[in-house]
Amino acid sequence: MAAVILEARGLTRHFGGLKAVDGVDFDLRQGEIHALIGPNGAGKTTFVSLLSGRIEAQSGRISFDGRDITRLPAHARVRLGIAYTFQITQIYAALSVFDNVALAAQSRGSHPLGAAAMEALSRVGLEARKDQIAGTLSYGHQRLLEVAMGLALKPRLLILDEPTQGLSQGEIETFNGIVKSVVPEATVLLIEHNMDVVMELAEWITVLNFGQVLATGTPPAIRANPAVQSAYLGA
Amino acid sequence: MIDRRALFLHLAVLAALLAALPMLAAYHVTNIAKIMVLAVYAMGYNIAFGYTGLLSLGHAMFFAAGLYAAGMGISLFGLSAAGALVLGPVAGGLAATLVGLLALRTAGVAFMIVTLMFAQAGYLTILYFVKYTRGDEGIVIARAARAIGSVDLSADTPRYLLAFGIFALALLLNLALVRSPFGRIMVAMRENEARSRMLGYNPYTVKLTALAVSGVYAGAAGAAYAVVFGYVGASLASVQYSILPLLYVLLGGAGTVLGPFLGALLMFYLIDYASSATSAYLFIVGAALILLVLFAPKGILGTLRERHARWLP
Repeated sequence: MAAVILEARGLTRHFGGLKAVDGVDFDLRQGEIHALIGPNGAGKTTFVSLLSGRIEAQSGRISFDGRDITRLPAHARVRLGIAYTFQITQIYAALSVFDNVALAAQSRGSHPLGAAAMEALSRVGLEARKDQIAGTLSYGHQRLLEVAMGLALKPRLLILDEPTQGLSQGEIETFNGIVKSVVPEATVLLIEHNMDVVMELAEWITVLNFGQVLATGTPPAIRANPAVQSAYLGA
Repeated sequence: MIDRRALFLHLAVLAALLAALPMLAAYHVTNIAKIMVLAVYAMGYNIAFGYTGLLSLGHAMFFAAGLYAAGMGISLFGLSAAGALVLGPVAGGLAATLVGLLALRTAGVAFMIVTLMFAQAGYLTILYFVKYTRGDEGIVIARAARAIGSVDLSADTPRYLLAFGIFALALLLNLALVRSPFGRIMVAMRENEARSRMLGYNPYTVKLTALAVSGVYAGAAGAAYAVVFGYVGASLASVQYSILPLLYVLLGGAGTVLGPFLGALLMFYLIDYASSATSAYLFIVGAALILLVLFAPKGILGTLRERHARWLP
């Protein structure tokens, strides 16, 4: 079994009385595609926000590649190789597609910058639109640009928060191919509602419910788990 | 990836300013020299506001830091004019860094208020230490002290050339800055801070660096003002001098390299002509600003860039 790259222990974040994330233990193995699923409001986005540092943990501990990162600010975690793509598209709408990706490549110190940016764009198939203003792209293309920015960071861990939301079937297939091409050099943590995508990509699944881990295991094991079925799969 | 059109345009503007000198009447030589100095100040303001999105209402403090570093340096400590021109940007950058360390813990409206308060405190400090600063009355720098070598900077042509030299240097550095990788990060911070943080950029250090550079420009302009025009007074540290560069930048185009100069030029002559025609000249200036907001909210060059010339830096 591959080494654990990210480990969370007792991770907790409450918002007033709402226990968004409540004592979660979580292991991510190097090079896997790991899906995080669960009903709406289960705490998935809060959980990955704790991992990426966008939200501070109230208690618990996170270590990445053997290093304690619990108190590290978000931008420093990105520099360690944890990239996060937003659930609600967060591109630079007023800048060109190229500049969007170049900003990510530049952060990684890629050289030459132009080539690194173009490589990330061509992986998502947007290289022909490099001079277009990002805000004028179609929604699906904006999502792919968001993914390209994540790729240009050359992350060791890529966290994708509902990346296929609003994508067409054809775009989803492109997306699946991109994610498969990222591993095993990098590790992928994927929040996803589309079960077809989850079943096609994920090697391991963790199910969250009411801020706690309901189950974790391989896709067949999760599919067969009665607790998961009643809480989430609705079968 | 240097866009030759942009470089050519900026060099052409500089060449035109130099070529205009022998053709201008003495009155306009003084005016354009003042406009170029104020444009350096506005360029600095634009680096913080136009490119990085920091709406400061306290830049008069950074301008005054350079102004008084030069004025008091010369009158109290016998500093040379050349030394004053070096000290000014240092003082401006230092003031901006110190204010930024505290003020950048806030953002948006709170940042406006905190910077305004710092600048007002600076203004009152100048009035309080009247013994050294000469307060409202100000310091008049002796003509003998306003010279570099044997060149008398109070004469029209040398003063124009000095203002031009500082302006040209500031303009070309500004162009290089916004084309640099750091320039792209400043714009990224303006456009989307949350996203920039998640690309690994520390918003605090990026904004602090931009504000420090902005302060260097403001301080350089302040020192140039003191040396070129020989007057250093508290009115130049008042809130009005925080608003002026904002108006220049808005008129010329926030986030454009030539916008601050264009804005300063137009605003200066608008006030000049309007005040010679009527005592209610502020009414005309106000009307012009309202027209600007209605028809070209991104300023003249900002609107031009949007519609016709996307290559404009």
